[in-house]
Amino acid sequence: MKISKKWFAVFTLPLMIIFTIVVVIPFFIGIGYSFFEWDGFAKHQAVWVGMQNYLDVLRDDRFISAEIRTVIFTVIAVVSVNLLGLIFALLVTTKMKVANLSRAMLFMPYLIGGLILGYIWKAVFSEWFLSLGIGNWLTDAKKAMAAMIIVTTWQMAGYVMIVYITGLMAIPEEVIEASSVDGASYWQTLTKIRLPLLMPSITICLFLTLSNCFKVYDVNVSLTGSGPANQSELFSLNIFNEIFEQNNFGYGQAKAIIFFLIVAIITLVQVSITSKKEVEM
Amino acid sequence: MNSKFKKIIPNILMMAFCLVYLLPIYMIFTNSFKSRSEMYENMMALPSRLTLEYYQSALSKMNFWVSLRNSLLLTVISIGLIVILSSMTAWMIARYKGKVSRFFLSLLIATMLIPFQTIMMPLMQEMTWIEKRTGLTMTDSIPGLIFMYIGFGAGMAVFLFHGFISTIPISLEEAATIDGCNTWQVFWKIVFPNLKSTTITVIILDVIWIWNDYLLPSLTLKAKENRTIPISASKFFGQYTISWNEAMAALVVTILPVIVFYLFCQKYIVKGVAAGAVKG
Repeated sequence: MKISKKWFAVFTLPLMIIFTIVVVIPFFIGIGYSFFEWDGFAKHQAVWVGMQNYLDVLRDDRFISAEIRTVIFTVIAVVSVNLLGLIFALLVTTKMKVANLSRAMLFMPYLIGGLILGYIWKAVFSEWFLSLGIGNWLTDAKKAMAAMIIVTTWQMAGYVMIVYITGLMAIPEEVIEASSVDGASYWQTLTKIRLPLLMPSITICLFLTLSNCFKVYDVNVSLTGSGPANQSELFSLNIFNEIFEQNNFGYGQAKAIIFFLIVAIITLVQVSITSKKEVEM
Repeated sequence: MNSKFKKIIPNILMMAFCLVYLLPIYMIFTNSFKSRSEMYENMMALPSRLTLEYYQSALSKMNFWVSLRNSLLLTVISIGLIVILSSMTAWMIARYKGKVSRFFLSLLIATMLIPFQTIMMPLMQEMTWIEKRTGLTMTDSIPGLIFMYIGFGAGMAVFLFHGFISTIPISLEEAATIDGCNTWQVFWKIVFPNLKSTTITVIILDVIWIWNDYLLPSLTLKAKENRTIPISASKFFGQYTISWNEAMAALVVTILPVIVFYLFCQKYIVKGVAAGAVKG
């Protein structure tokens, strides 16, 4: 089939032009900004500082603690999301009558969106806990982080459950039957047969949650709003506050570029691992 | 009798667990009817009386119907355009093999790595600049926001469409060309109707994303009449005292459209999310 250049342009250019304006150009402008010091006011001159913004990051205590917090948060949340999601998937793929209904209920939080979920749980951790005499979790730095992990788990467990269900359904019925004929217990079938066969889904989910948790922003804004005293501020929110609250446009943009590099590395490692796995299968 | 009983127990336990799991949603619902003092007596209790008082004030404070209209327009038009433009681009890239096609595809896929926070500031600068130069309202407007969502949605959508189009044989399209269809007709009459399953996946993933998105609209929308639903809801949770009954009524009306959407399209949503996660 011959397609003329004219038709190629008609079909692709509208999208590619919008895409270039919205994503590609700002990305390169952003790299440029990260070498300047600028307060965001059009009238004020931006000053070239070279690599200084990237070096300043190393001495920025607020940023480094936000960074460490983000890593700890991400590790714990990834484990809890996947563990819970996997248990949910195992439960709703049984022959229980309520399996489909439970699947629908457990998945629901994912659709509501991080911002609103954060507000819903703010009511739980502050008002309900106060009324029970437990005390407000969101005014304590450690408990606020625990709250962040709980809400993120609540949001994403149902999501990874869906991926795990797809993986579990793909395991041939005969394999499971054969193992039970051979006298394997539920636990043996699970650890020796189903989990190894589920490895591709587990890899997908681990990385999906890894980059999603690392980038978390909405729940942070609505649940704790970086408080108390910035002690629950995570990476994304730190970038936002640096640029739009502190008006350090150049410095904040340097953090944004570092953020991009980390996310890109996580994703590229994921892609190389998952594509290798597919070859093996 | 005994075996029947044994079958019922896990079902009851599972249901009980799911209900406990969704308790926070029940909590905002029941407290949206209560006065402040009644709420703190027992937040898990049912309200002593049903009053729509807090709903009325919440709806008017958040300008609910205007926000709902904005969110609907934003979501529907953005997704409509993402589907149309991305499927056209993906088809061309898949069928017209060459350097330009390869470059477009790798550019679209590579930029899926860029987190929004990395380009939010320069994007806002650029949009303000375009607005000043051309007079087009790029900032603080729904059309401007739609423009940006097309750009951000392009990568994922082209990737999914391209993956599917590569698996369908070209012969039907060639036959249509011989029958006298031009390229435009081939795409809309032959190709596009075959993309239904991918189109549904793209729609589902983008509805969840755009309807709930907060950061991008919070950066551009300033005027009250332009607010989307998440932005309006966020105004109840300022720094100082929160009027919880109104705030919870606002949360209930905010998640209601999502629940309705879920009830009607559950099958598609679950399939779409699974497909998106595995391929993305």
